Amino acid sequence: MQRSTRISFFLEETGELGRFTWRFLTQWYRPRYEVAEFIRQCFIIGYRSLGLVGLTAFIMGLVLTMQLRPSMEEYGIAAQIPAIVSIAIIREIGPVITALIFAGKIGSSIGAEIGSMKVTEQIDAMEVSGTNPFKYLVVTRIAAATLMLPVLVMLGDAISLYGSYLGVNISGTTSFALFFRQVFEILSFSDVLPAYIKSYFFGFAVGTVGCFKGYRSSKGTEGVGHSANSAVVVASLMIFVIDLLAVQVADVLGLN
Amino acid sequence: MEANVVPGPATREAQPVLVIDKLFKAFGDNRVLSGFNLTVKRGESVVVLGKSGSGKSVLIKCIIGLMQPDKGSIELLGTVICGAGEATLDKIRARVGFLFQSNALYDSMTVEENLEFPLRRHWMQLSQPQIEERVLAALSDVGLAHTLKMMPADLSGGMKKRIALARTLILKPEVILYDEPTTGLDPITGREITNLMMDIQAKYNTTSLIISHDINCVKIAGHRIIVLIDGKCYADGDYAALSRSTDAKVKQFFQ
Repeated sequence: MQRSTRISFFLEETGELGRFTWRFLTQWYRPRYEVAEFIRQCFIIGYRSLGLVGLTAFIMGLVLTMQLRPSMEEYGIAAQIPAIVSIAIIREIGPVITALIFAGKIGSSIGAEIGSMKVTEQIDAMEVSGTNPFKYLVVTRIAAATLMLPVLVMLGDAISLYGSYLGVNISGTTSFALFFRQVFEILSFSDVLPAYIKSYFFGFAVGTVGCFKGYRSSKGTEGVGHSANSAVVVASLMIFVIDLLAVQVADVLGLN
Repeated sequence: MEANVVPGPATREAQPVLVIDKLFKAFGDNRVLSGFNLTVKRGESVVVLGKSGSGKSVLIKCIIGLMQPDKGSIELLGTVICGAGEATLDKIRARVGFLFQSNALYDSMTVEENLEFPLRRHWMQLSQPQIEERVLAALSDVGLAHTLKMMPADLSGGMKKRIALARTLILKPEVILYDEPTTGLDPITGREITNLMMDIQAKYNTTSLIISHDINCVKIAGHRIIVLIDGKCYADGDYAALSRSTDAKVKQFFQ
């Protein structure tokens, strides 16, 4: 693809994604409300991702602690491990890693599901059956992704801290109460709040990009594969962009 | 040039349910419909015959409002389709069935849920026992009452087509639009599906518009045949008359 074609493709895609997002923002609050489908999506997107998110978070907390320990011991500040790990997990690593795992699992599955429905005319069939497919498929999935990711981040952070507690105890003895007292002593409102607020934006980005890529699927099964793949790539990239913006906004608001 | 052939007996003295007037539709430079006209009367079974890519599926999607034509008008069951709002289209779609070429069964739902879906959307006042009764009746009509709890992936091509037909029937439509109903099926199953369509038409007194290039389906189902060439209604008549046509463009379909 030539450079000018790539640029025009990028601009066109960005414009279409903007229009798609605007359509969501102007439709989600209008009836008819697809409550049953929204609850089903919360279960699929939230509950069914818990195992993967939990396992990743646990390993992340454990490994981070084990990797930190030698350097901290060298400087004689090993006792500060719970404080440093908790700041790193709550403020940055927890939300971003959970969002990336979420983009890989949910972004691709939404892109592939809606994409295959598009190419096999199921979306048209839905429209003929008196259902607004945008509300039924898109609004429910974006809303569920937006609301479920912060919950997963919260649970992931807790599991990650537990992993860290076990990591600390591999070659030392710190009680559960002491570990978490140190954690809560160092954490403040300004550590927790921006992290959870940005999780809503991460979830919104994953849901929107997954639905957008699926909804624009074409060219049969090849197109479905491409939609799933590009949903993950674009959503992951957007997570980092949102993270960058969130840091700047938090800085301006004095929350850093 | 339009090769006019005398219409079959079923077309006379009936009320029109579908009136298409000078329909135009293009995709970029590719003009697929160029002034297409058609009137279908109540109780008729009309087949639109044309080559692949001749605009047959575009035509049927314009009729149900899934696509907007560039120019022209479509009146279905007395309602103007072009430019109609979502609420108007929903009302008219409750009276019209659409059988998709790819069947379009929802992969994530069982056969029962697939059939319940349009019922719950269009007829919200129905109770659960009434819904179950209608689902079972529609499945019995296509001879597949035992597939209620099966997933679409577990069904054969012919069974999927029958289930899709049952889903089309469940709202008891006045008009049924069939998009290539026998595509992808072996000749025997194709004939069974065509016969089933005709049985349904007789049983429920529906009007059918069938898009096809399968000459066996055309022969069985077409009380009246429209030949779509160059985006226009090139010929209009019954099977006997059109199969005797000396026009080279018409003849190629019947050889």
